[in-house]
Amino acid sequence: MEEWIIILFFVIPLFGAFVMPLTYLFSPESPKLITPVITLILLMLSLYSVICQPEQIAYSIGGWKPVDNVPIAIYLVYDGLSGFMLVIINLVAFFSSVYAIKYMEEYTGQKYFYVLMCLMIAGMNGVVLSGDLFNLFVFTEISAKSSYALVAFGVKKDELEASFKYQVLGGMASLIILFGIAMIYWQTQTLNMADISYMLQNAENNIFPVFVQLIFITGFGVKAALIPFHAWLPDAHSSAPSPISAMLSGVLIKTLGVYVIMRLYLSVFQLNESVSIVLLALGGLSMIIGVLLAFGAWDLKRLLAYSSISHIGYIITGLGIGMIMLSRGENHLAATLAFTGSLFHIANHAVFKGLLFLNAGAIEYAANTRDMKQMGGLAKFMPVTLTSSFSASMSISGMPPFSGFFSKLIIILAAVISGFYFIAGLAVIAGIITLSYFMKFQKYAFYNKPSGKSPVKEVPGLMRFSMISLAVLCLLMSVLILPGIRDGFLNPAVNTLMETTEYASKILGR
Amino acid sequence: MEGMSIIVKKIVQLISALIFVFGMYSAIHGHINPGGGFAGGVLLSGAFILLIIAYGLDYFKLKQQTEATSIFESLSILIALLIAFSGLFAGSLYFFNNYLPAGTPGSLISGGLIPIYNVLIGVKVAATLSTIFFALIIYKEEIRR
Amino acid sequence: MTLYILCFILFLVGVYGVLTRRNLIKIVISLTIMEFSVFLMLVLVGYISGGLAPIVVHPEGSDISVVDPLPQTLVLTAAVIAVATNSMVLALAIRLYKKYGTFDIRKINELKG
Repeated sequence: MEEWIIILFFVIPLFGAFVMPLTYLFSPESPKLITPVITLILLMLSLYSVICQPEQIAYSIGGWKPVDNVPIAIYLVYDGLSGFMLVIINLVAFFSSVYAIKYMEEYTGQKYFYVLMCLMIAGMNGVVLSGDLFNLFVFTEISAKSSYALVAFGVKKDELEASFKYQVLGGMASLIILFGIAMIYWQTQTLNMADISYMLQNAENNIFPVFVQLIFITGFGVKAALIPFHAWLPDAHSSAPSPISAMLSGVLIKTLGVYVIMRLYLSVFQLNESVSIVLLALGGLSMIIGVLLAFGAWDLKRLLAYSSISHIGYIITGLGIGMIMLSRGENHLAATLAFTGSLFHIANHAVFKGLLFLNAGAIEYAANTRDMKQMGGLAKFMPVTLTSSFSASMSISGMPPFSGFFSKLIIILAAVISGFYFIAGLAVIAGIITLSYFMKFQKYAFYNKPSGKSPVKEVPGLMRFSMISLAVLCLLMSVLILPGIRDGFLNPAVNTLMETTEYASKILGR
Repeated sequence: MEGMSIIVKKIVQLISALIFVFGMYSAIHGHINPGGGFAGGVLLSGAFILLIIAYGLDYFKLKQQTEATSIFESLSILIALLIAFSGLFAGSLYFFNNYLPAGTPGSLISGGLIPIYNVLIGVKVAATLSTIFFALIIYKEEIRR
Repeated sequence: MTLYILCFILFLVGVYGVLTRRNLIKIVISLTIMEFSVFLMLVLVGYISGGLAPIVVHPEGSDISVVDPLPQTLVLTAAVIAVATNSMVLALAIRLYKKYGTFDIRKINELKG
């Protein structure tokens, strides 16, 4: 695989975003065609690069060579973890954009929707590929800003309010992150992530990195909606148009929050047990409180949004267990298991939560309500939505043989092996409550007595295509954990996490 | 929004031309002077905004202006992206490859592609800030009516 | 060191404003204060006393100290991002004013986050 291919991941969507306002002048329908084509190309490219399986690509923008072994160019780094995230982002983006064609027809100003969506995809792909701390911040902001605008896209009362709240909290988080970056630059005089890692390994001051790590937990914790910082998520994710909710919940919080935490805390900073324990505690807290909040929700999209918090909790719990085990340096098997579970859960959650939000959108499109008490009896009219949401609900609540079962099982196993019985118990309880509230969703939406409204129709074909494909994926994703297939997709990412700060020495070559 | 008095209008006429020229100077000389594309673009849009504030909204057909500015916004960034991408085909397979000769430091024609990027960024920033201003002020007028 | 502490105090002033003000526009202003405190700190990190503007016009080898250019470019980029933030938030504030007829966040509470 040629090295320069990796820049296409953000050049193509940027190009699309800026070409659409021009093509719109000639044909108002053209953005509807361009966006799915772009996301399809990106999906193909990301699959191609996973199949090629390059070891690690460090691509310097502008071709500036290192001076005295100090890298001065902005680096783009592609490795196992980046490849893994790219496939997930572009997969969900493709199905959401196909779904959006019909769904967005009732909105005005559609061309802006597609422009913003392309910008968001470009930002997320850039975050995943960036090897430079400030560049990462800029890409984070590109995708965050477009998501603020997309949340407010309906310009109704609650959407505007949700977006304002999201924006104030997100803006504060960005400033805290920028503050952390300034601190790092002050101490190390560099912004290249590999170089920062090298400098911190040789630094004598041990308090400073811990301080910066805590600042970053706050900043990226807001972006990932960990529990003390979660206030914006239920509002924002439930107010956005459904394809965008699927993108936000499915990939945005994982890319801006979880991926960056993984990359910074494992590959850049030295492992530190106390910071890992903070992460584990936040993860466990999010897991259980998110579930309890979701249990009380009657608004369908709000229920799904709360459930996202709890699943981010699962992911961070797995990450925290792995980091503690690695920093103690005793049980590498447990660390591998924890990281595998965590990454596998990222992939699974992207697919099933994306699908569930698309289902919620389909119900809203057909029955024109989000309140579960007003639905009911939809099973007769909407067979595709029924089947696909059943598949997603089973997967999210961890029923074998659906994919969610395996990732949760691995995380719980890792917790038991490492001796965190309390966390394992919490995860099991959270799983059971998840099952109960998705049963509630199924019962109230599809099987209760029909409400007195006129019969509803099944959604159009393009929306059904997205839902059916994702529902099939829910089942097929379990295959990824089998030995042999695992080596192609999941293991390179796990290995990237396991080798921790070798990331730096590989890039710098020293 | 009503226009202001004749004194303000006349002075703004004189000043905004100066601001406009200074904005262009800033953008073009970005690589050898403090300033650059962003500062130049802000000055350029400032000249227009000053005129609009002094003469009032009814003097300009703002809806058409908004379309024009958003086209320029997309066009300039597209050209910049294409120039950056063209670096891949000019020898060394690097994005943002600066393949023009560097020239002597300190002269206007130097720094390879950097002055071109500066000008494009200047156009982009001027168009964007004007679009933002138009959007806010048109919306405010709609509320008032 | 005093300057860094002053920057941090400015940051806290911004946080205080965001947390306590009830007016949408004042919240936006407080956010801007936070932004500027971080920018000031970034510029201070790269400052060398007596340094000149970092433009290559002097021949190589001449003994002139210039300030670190990297934080300045970072501030420029972050300022562009701040422009985007402010214009977005202000546009939203105007829209909210139209829907609710007020800037008071105590009256804008359709959602229970």
